Amino acid sequence: MNWNTWIPLFVVASSLLPGLIIFGLAEDRVRLRVGLNLVGALAKLGLVSWMLLGVYQGEHFEMRLAFLPGLELVLRAGPLSLIFVSLSTVLWLVTTVYAIGYLEGSPHRSRFFGFFSLCVTATVGVALSGNLITFLLFYELLTLSTYPLVVHRGTEEARRAGHVYLVYTVLGGALLLLATVWLYTLTGTLEFTPRGFVHGLEDTHRSALLIIFVLLIAGFGVKAALVPLHGWLPLAMVAPAPVSALLHAVAVVKAGAFGIVRVVYDVFGVESATALGVTGPLAWLAAVTIIYGSLRALFQDDLKRRLAYSTISQVAYITLGVAIAGPLAAIGGVVHLVHQGMMKITLFFCAGNLAETLGIHKISEMNGVGRRMPWTMAAFTVAAFGMIGAPPIAGFVSKWYLGLGALEAGQGWVIFVLAGSSVLNASYFLPILHRAWFREPPDVWPHGHNAGHGISEDLSGKISVNISGDVGGKETTWALLLPPVITALIALAAGVLAAAPFSPLEWAQLIAQREFYQP
Amino acid sequence: MAIMLVDVPWAVVLILLPLAGAMGCVLWPSVTKTLGLMTVFGVALSVAGLGWQLTENGALRYAVGGWGAPLGIDLYADGLSLLMLAMTALVGLGVSGYSIGYFDHKYLLRFWPLWLFLLAALNALFLSADIFNLYVTLELMGLAAVALAALSGGSAALSGAMRYLLSTLLGSLCYLFGVALLYHGFGSVDIAVLAERLEPNATAWAALALMSAGLVLKTALFPLHFWLPPAHASAPAPVSAVLSALVVKASFYILLRLWLEIFAPLGEGVSTLLGLLGAAAVLWGSLQALRQTQVKLMVAYSTVAQVGYLFLAFPLVAATGVTALNAIVYLAFSHALAKAAMFLAAGNLLRFGGHDRIADLDRVVQRLPITLSAFALAGVSIMGLPPSGGFIGKWLLLQSALSQGRWDLVAVVIIGGLLAAAYVFKVLGNAFTQAAVPHTSRAVPACMEWAALLLAIAAIVLGFMASAVLPLVAIGDPFGLLGARP
Repeated sequence: MNWNTWIPLFVVASSLLPGLIIFGLAEDRVRLRVGLNLVGALAKLGLVSWMLLGVYQGEHFEMRLAFLPGLELVLRAGPLSLIFVSLSTVLWLVTTVYAIGYLEGSPHRSRFFGFFSLCVTATVGVALSGNLITFLLFYELLTLSTYPLVVHRGTEEARRAGHVYLVYTVLGGALLLLATVWLYTLTGTLEFTPRGFVHGLEDTHRSALLIIFVLLIAGFGVKAALVPLHGWLPLAMVAPAPVSALLHAVAVVKAGAFGIVRVVYDVFGVESATALGVTGPLAWLAAVTIIYGSLRALFQDDLKRRLAYSTISQVAYITLGVAIAGPLAAIGGVVHLVHQGMMKITLFFCAGNLAETLGIHKISEMNGVGRRMPWTMAAFTVAAFGMIGAPPIAGFVSKWYLGLGALEAGQGWVIFVLAGSSVLNASYFLPILHRAWFREPPDVWPHGHNAGHGISEDLSGKISVNISGDVGGKETTWALLLPPVITALIALAAGVLAAAPFSPLEWAQLIAQREFYQP
Repeated sequence: MAIMLVDVPWAVVLILLPLAGAMGCVLWPSVTKTLGLMTVFGVALSVAGLGWQLTENGALRYAVGGWGAPLGIDLYADGLSLLMLAMTALVGLGVSGYSIGYFDHKYLLRFWPLWLFLLAALNALFLSADIFNLYVTLELMGLAAVALAALSGGSAALSGAMRYLLSTLLGSLCYLFGVALLYHGFGSVDIAVLAERLEPNATAWAALALMSAGLVLKTALFPLHFWLPPAHASAPAPVSAVLSALVVKASFYILLRLWLEIFAPLGEGVSTLLGLLGAAAVLWGSLQALRQTQVKLMVAYSTVAQVGYLFLAFPLVAATGVTALNAIVYLAFSHALAKAAMFLAAGNLLRFGGHDRIADLDRVVQRLPITLSAFALAGVSIMGLPPSGGFIGKWLLLQSALSQGRWDLVAVVIIGGLLAAAYVFKVLGNAFTQAAVPHTSRAVPACMEWAALLLAIAAIVLGFMASAVLPLVAIGDPFGLLGARP
């Protein structure tokens, strides 16, 4: 038996099975639940590293299962799949540690971690999908598994946010389904192919292809939060912090953005998309989203809401890079998929720490918080500078390639968008940093509840996990502190070591070489 | 041993076993439960046996007692019958397991004989090869179903059952008239013989109209669905599950056979009409479901909508052949599993809180997680989201509609799916929050929760089985569609 065939399936199963088992666990089986989560996450990491090495050496990992007459479920690990899989895997591990610390003592953890694992399963499935129907399957699974996470708190506000989230995503899913079936009746295949599989139809079915493209982009645009389909994202902030972190950095918005990459490069192909004249409008849409998100972010006082609008803006960079339709810009877009993930997850972890430890939810409450929580705010600062695009942090690399790519493709206007966005990013992040580091802290912090305890209903005292000891009585628990520090370091490393082998940038270049622009 | 098993006339066993079981339940009330469960398991095994026979030997025609078609009774089984039988057996297993926890001893004694009798009628219906036999089985099924619907004896149940009785009798009567006309006009009641002899004359048209009208009434296609919601919502939960999952499918199955085998030459007008009514049913049923404030009524209206999907595929069968037929089979099968699961889950909610008001579900997600998972998973299939049997059905339906350029049908399917999502999530959303008024709750036996969940899981698993299930549809080449189009 050839193991390479099975590894993609194992990667999906390594979070699916623990998730399904966790659903059945009693609430107080903390040790077993933590163990399952970590074993799953580490197993996935191992498998993914193996695949990275294999793909680098030109091996193929592909799993096919019969699904429908003429259609198969395909899990394939190409370079593009792997960059997203690696991102999800690494960040899942970190977020799991964070979530264990964050939710310690709060109720319904089995349900939470069950859906959490399903959510990652869906994301990894989206990444590994080798054709559009497999993609669709995991994409809808993602919708279904994130809904319970959004409404997890069970408040009326959470219910309403969940409702809005569903309205957007289910509508998006319906558009996708329609587009997928339509495409299938036209082409007879849904297999992701370098340079697309719609060649030769541009003339005969031009209007059909145009509509399909619009439907697909709208379907993915909902999750990628492209303006005007972004309305659900700021509301979904009611979810617990690890969920927000995962939603914004890895799972939902990235699945949407990744879908757009797939549509432009592997469904239509750059040539066909350019011939249809759809890349220009898509680039403009992305540009509008970038500026709009940043502008809205400026006026939010709620920290998580500001970060949410910042996500809307930042994720559109990926779409922009794809829509410029040149090799360098594509590298910029794809690498931003990873970079934005690392930086944004750091920011959300930090926001969660502030809320959990000190009860700070608003930016106006953040005066002097850097002195109270130096490590958290250091991580926040690194990530914020990365978002602004300051060298040598990861965000700079993405912007550099996007800019170069735009010039190469003869679309100079993009430079203005990038510059404008950087100015806006600076103007909504720097005041936060200024407050945190240079203002006097208040006498009393707003302090909502005990460190490390969410909605404490269950204080049975049975918690026996070591990773949550106090940091010298000072900052916050280890499980909350380590994750943002680690992700901030990774973001820094991705920028500093951008030219090293297996860095996100190197890998994005490999993708462009092997998948996007290979004859 | 293996050779002997192939030779067992499983088709006959499928009819006689539940009949015998029903008799046994009446004769020996002390062992009703055991006897009933054994019978249902036996039926499920027999379906597997029949399936084995069919895959080995192709479609099967069995002359009961050795008498051939013109004189005796023929049983006929092809892939379509097999799948309907499998659907019946699976739902039957779930419902039987559920009923043990649901009914107390007094009601169990009434439930089991009727339910096994209904099972026998359903199996016989799916195996009949002539239109008169179909009438007999249809009537038996209808009577058993009405009796079951009235089982709980409350005034709502009785009035619902009464409406049900009248409409089912009217439906059968129309059908019987049609049978008489055909027999008079063409001298046979055998489907295959009729298919050869039929000419498009006035008799044929009258028969078509009468039989279709009767069956459409029994299938509760819009606008003849008025009897369904009260009957299905007021019946005891396991009965609602059987009625919605199986009984409406039976009359639909007859309509499908008649329409595609006998009446096919009579033109496209009627199938277009059925398609239109199906579209109206999808939209109307879904909207009504969305308006309901009680879970069981909502689920019942959802059946009206889901029946519409089956008819939606009608006008497509002639043109796209096997794809549309596959869509029908898959939609029917997955709806049966999912809807049974939903009704059973609704029964659990009703038992737990003493009411089924959607707005007051009061955090059932924490208190009845298995039931709510069952409802959610069944909902996934009803909405047609992947991965589920409902998705496969919807995909095939969309594929055949798009290949014919039927954008109207495409729009209906998409909108119907969105509305379904709206009413399913209406329930799920309220399951997370607290009710305004706290209330006492009553324990739900584990077998009731798990029966619902297992059926729902089956509906999901069906979504991964298409490559194994769809070839079965082709056994015996029902309706000769396979040659028509690849």
